[in-house]
Amino acid sequence: MLKWSVLILIFGAFSFSQVFADEDTTAGIQEYRDLLDDVNPAELWVFSGEELWYRKAGPKNASLETCDLGKGPGVTVGAYVELPRFFFDAQKVMDLEQRLIYCRTLIQGFSRADIISYPFTKRGQETSEIEMLVAYIASESRGLHMNIPLMRIEEKRVYELGKQFFHFRAGSHDFGCITCHSGDNQRIRLQELPNFRNKDEASKSYGSWPAYRVSAGEVRTMQHRLYDCLRQQRFPEPIYGSDLMTALIMFLAKSADGGLYEAPGIKR
Amino acid sequence: MFKGNLFILTVLVGLSSWFNSPTVLAAEFNSPKLNDLLHGGLQSKGPVNFTKFFDQDSTQKFCSELKPVVSSDEAKRLMSENLKGIKFLEDGAYIGDWARGELIAQSGKGLRFNDSENTKNGGNCYACHQIQKEELAHGTLGPSLYRYGEIRGYSDEVIRYTWTKIFNPQALLICSNMPRYGHNKILSISEMRDVMALLLDPESPVNQ
Ligand code: HEC
Ligand code: HEC
Repeated sequence: MLKWSVLILIFGAFSFSQVFADEDTTAGIQEYRDLLDDVNPAELWVFSGEELWYRKAGPKNASLETCDLGKGPGVTVGAYVELPRFFFDAQKVMDLEQRLIYCRTLIQGFSRADIISYPFTKRGQETSEIEMLVAYIASESRGLHMNIPLMRIEEKRVYELGKQFFHFRAGSHDFGCITCHSGDNQRIRLQELPNFRNKDEASKSYGSWPAYRVSAGEVRTMQHRLYDCLRQQRFPEPIYGSDLMTALIMFLAKSADGGLYEAPGIKR
Repeated sequence: MFKGNLFILTVLVGLSSWFNSPTVLAAEFNSPKLNDLLHGGLQSKGPVNFTKFFDQDSTQKFCSELKPVVSSDEAKRLMSENLKGIKFLEDGAYIGDWARGELIAQSGKGLRFNDSENTKNGGNCYACHQIQKEELAHGTLGPSLYRYGEIRGYSDEVIRYTWTKIFNPQALLICSNMPRYGHNKILSISEMRDVMALLLDPESPVNQ
């Protein structure tokens, strides 16, 4: 029943996105949010993600219920706001997306190559399972606060690497993340740029991903957001699930430490 | 006895790593550098070549520091190095066609990994600057350039200054956020002349 109402909402969203793509205004988003009145199309991804989490799948025909996201096998509540973190079994720091790759290969027997070959849904093609799983896990932290204490040496080190990468300027345009995200009240064209040196802005921004993107009609993950920024940054193509992305996400997550986590949100 | 001690030692060592005290144990973790991460995290695609990207010039290296000291001797040295590379035009014909300049200023295409090798590069000036008044979709990373020539005049100094800014802003301001259009060959000489005209042709709508 609930699912049907969400589905109807989604159809509404699709037709809306057509109009919206041309308009591109903050006012439009607000109107859209009011229209939806608390119900976000991302809910459909959340439901499918939950189903996927418990469904037996892969060559090993296993569910993800034994996957440890950092708070013990199968614990999903509160996992997202404490990621990225160090994992003893893997002996490294992982963000949610890297951890899901780990669990899906080890527990379910999927090949890593298969998983990372289709992380982001392409227009007109099947929905990426990663996007559904991420939406579900994220929703299980809604209303909690970011908690990134960097207790372990390895976590501190990864944070420092992420910080270095945030400041790394290279390529044809000499851009770094810092070019676009280190000043207050700045815009590229009409898009407002969160300043990650500002705790409030970092929290608001980090706390709203993953998000349902109206322009794409899909739920997009943090790694997708960074993929798109690195494209505009004229950097080479980021490799999905790489330690570089984890380090960057660690830096962003720490910048948002203590902030309210409210995703999946809705974005332009 | 000896075995017992060893056991306790092992437990202690294990515990200290558990609590993460910053001891010698830190060295036991493999400790990658950003360079290693970059190699495993980015790949060539379309017009973006990883090897070329990875080979930062000295200006980029300096500006990648967490807090580059822009008043340092090193900064001054880098600025004069950037200045030396600027190509000034012998014929003094810096002003091209403003209408073509507007198209270049509007386009954000080129040199992204999803572009093709022969995509024509834009200047994407509107991403950061207000230019023509009618274009409301402009960014704010850079100062407004509306009425650029009107305000500053059309003297040779203004022309040389503006050419310098567009060719290589880091010659005047180290670690400027603005791309080095000429130095990094994002735009050709003739395209930069067209953009110059957008700002400095008295007939350009920018100066009306
Ligand atoms: C050339 C400009 C540019 C660069 C460089 C850039 N970004 Fe962005 N970033 C944007 C734009 C534009 C948006 C989208 C804002 C919107 O859609 O409203 C954005 C959005 C984001 C968001 C989501 C903000 C939100 O609240 O929804 C994050 C997180 C982010 N960027 C991180 C980064 C990181 C990390 C880097 C470096 C790897 C980076 N960006 C580099 C332009 C850039
Ligand atoms: C990514 C952002 C960005 C882009 C794209 C950009 N600029 Fe800039 N521009 C800046 C910033 C920041 C400044 C101020 C700092 C400086 O002068 O280097 C600036 C300064 C300038 C100035 C000097 C203004 C003054 O009053 O002294 C000129 C002229 C200029 N830009 C022209 C252009 C043109 C033409 C283009 C496109 C071909 C362009 N810019 C693209 C960010 C940008």
